[in-house]
Amino acid sequence: MQKSFAMAALLAASCGAQAATDADLAAIRAQIDEMKKSYEQRIASLEKKLVQAESKASAQPVAAPVVTTEGRQTAASTASGFNPEVSLILQGQYKNMKDVPERGITGFYPAGGHDHGDGAIPGISKRGFSVEHTELVLAANIDPYWRGQAIIAMVDGTAEVEEAWFQSLGLGHGIGLKGGRYRSGIGYLNEQHPHMWDFADAPLMYQAMFGEEASYVQDGVQFKWLAPTETFIELGVEAGRGATFPGTDRNKNGSGAAAAFAHVGGDVGLSSNWRAGVSYLKTKAKEREGHFEDIGGVEALGKFTGDSSTVLADFVWKWAPNGNPKYQNFKFQTEYFSRREKGDLTCSDDEGVGNACDPLVAGDSVTSRYKTRQSGWYAQGVFQFTPQWRAGLRYEQLDSGHRDFGANAANLVVADYRPKKATAMVDYSWSEFSRVRLQFAQDKSMLGITDNQVTLQYVMSLGAHGAHKF
Amino acid sequence: MKHFAMSILLAVTGLSAQADLKVFATVPEWGALAKEIGGDKVRVYTATNAFQDPHRIEAKPSLLAQARQANLLVAAGADLEIGWLPLVLRDSGNSAIQNGRSGYFEASAFVNRLDVPATLDRAHGDLHAAGNPHTHLDPRNVLKVGEALTARMAELDAANATSYQAAFKTFASKWQVAIARWEKEAAPLKGVPVLVHHQSFVYLSHWLGLKEVGALEPKPGIEPTSGHLTGLLSRQQTAPARMVLRAAYQQEGPSQWIAGKTGIPAVLLPYTVGGTPEAGDLFGLYDDTIQRLLKGIR
Repeated sequence: MQKSFAMAALLAASCGAQAATDADLAAIRAQIDEMKKSYEQRIASLEKKLVQAESKASAQPVAAPVVTTEGRQTAASTASGFNPEVSLILQGQYKNMKDVPERGITGFYPAGGHDHGDGAIPGISKRGFSVEHTELVLAANIDPYWRGQAIIAMVDGTAEVEEAWFQSLGLGHGIGLKGGRYRSGIGYLNEQHPHMWDFADAPLMYQAMFGEEASYVQDGVQFKWLAPTETFIELGVEAGRGATFPGTDRNKNGSGAAAAFAHVGGDVGLSSNWRAGVSYLKTKAKEREGHFEDIGGVEALGKFTGDSSTVLADFVWKWAPNGNPKYQNFKFQTEYFSRREKGDLTCSDDEGVGNACDPLVAGDSVTSRYKTRQSGWYAQGVFQFTPQWRAGLRYEQLDSGHRDFGANAANLVVADYRPKKATAMVDYSWSEFSRVRLQFAQDKSMLGITDNQVTLQYVMSLGAHGAHKF
Repeated sequence: MKHFAMSILLAVTGLSAQADLKVFATVPEWGALAKEIGGDKVRVYTATNAFQDPHRIEAKPSLLAQARQANLLVAAGADLEIGWLPLVLRDSGNSAIQNGRSGYFEASAFVNRLDVPATLDRAHGDLHAAGNPHTHLDPRNVLKVGEALTARMAELDAANATSYQAAFKTFASKWQVAIARWEKEAAPLKGVPVLVHHQSFVYLSHWLGLKEVGALEPKPGIEPTSGHLTGLLSRQQTAPARMVLRAAYQQEGPSQWIAGKTGIPAVLLPYTVGGTPEAGDLFGLYDDTIQRLLKGIR
């Protein structure tokens, strides 16, 4: 720094030599002399230190390379050797399945969600080879009181902020505060990133609840409290914008979504741990769009305005001999949801294809009552039988339940259906950072279609170790 | 609600009457050391046991609940707990034990670390940037860590400072006598070539002069492969090892395979407190480790 300053000074001095007065030159010379002196002093002190270090080193001969540490100053080098911690997740797949236009779940409101695909081939129905997700994760402690993390998801020419939040470190009393865009604490799988999933895709239940992203993301704040008890008891509440399915983005003050959750957990002996939770999510929607099928099989646009409330229950059990999951472990997880929606549904013929929602002239619509009560669950078990191999089974079922479309029942197909899916997977990990997975699924989530799917997927993590949640 | 509040109040006051300092130790060795120093003045919770691979622990709910209540967190450090501890710390809502606070203590910060990698590349396996974290198997390190830990405990719980200092003094003098005895007993181990499952014994080898001539893991954190084991077998012709060492938490298969092919003994070492029935405390850990090694070269 000083050197470049001196260089600049010299340069300036030589360029402006004619203009410079003697006084200027003298000042520059004095400055240079001073710098010289300070450098000489520093070199001398460094030489002295070197001699000291050498004599110390020879006093205690050590064969192996040694790092000398001086207590707390160098102690805090854990994850901040790289500041911020950077990691990159590479995820892609080969998928073999039926070509179903407008793939969805029969009997459930079509969650447009947002789509990583290119429109013509939405991500959820992409066949063949594809790069699903490239996730760039940046995280670091901001200061002694806060920590921040951002996840940028990159897909084919677009990058989006998947998460960007800060979290408290120093509040104490079991209090945790989080703000920004984050995965909501509801349910069990919701907080987990796709690269942590035990199967190549999310359970149908998550797709039905939150759309293709299969996760509810809040733009808002989260408040958590951990009880000072031997048994793990955690309570949390959230308030957010509520822009994503089942809500919609609206221009308003206040919050558009509220969530609450409670978790309990503990150990059973040395080998087993468990966690159970209940959660509640309330969102509001205004003109939430979804493509329906009219009674004649023609496409119709539905717009829902109203309230949506979801109750979730989750349970996880992990077993490993002596609590050492490295060589063998088993994980069982199950979740259940029940959702009620109440409001109005407007069905229209925006494409002008002459559907049943257009009784008079093109552009007309029918608004009716909309009231549903739907539910679903999944259960899965994954067994790691050697350090490298795991195998898992998942079974899931949804219930289209009670659906009251009012006057629109005469215009739209109101199918009563129980979507089902059975999945088996086996995966291999070279290390904890690289994994390939082969998955077979029999998907009966669409009425009248049995879709046998084969997925070959890879998940690779580069960079900083991300600590994973239980 | 009233009952709940009362029981919490009772629990808080009850605990403070029994134990002045609540220590959360990530690994058994440092939990045992905290017990030596703290005696009945502390309540030590040890997050892991000797049969768990300390690299592969999960941030399970019970750990969060325990970390929530701790006054002092004692970690091995050098990234050993990187897969779970940061998460436990953050979600504990406990400000006292966060990294950088006086309630956060990393043992590896107070010793000279070995195996500090010159290059950090996962192609070399799961390396720890701060060096090998298994520092406790050199008893001289236990003394250094003990000194720093005593100071920290005294700082956090000034009322019992003299008690901690006195307990450590007693421990240290007993420990120094023990070190001299162990070094004498272990003299025949000097220069003995050994194979190890994972680089868990670097400090032990360094202290006793054992010569690690190979590891069953092709790279740190990568499980032994048949190809790599066969390679070790052929190397046995030119650079023969006299035993193959593994920690209580490691699978015995690869060690047994090498032992069966070469005729050298496969030696299980407790690695930490509780790893064998004999390794009930820190003294037992070293007594048993040296006895097992000596048995290995007989």
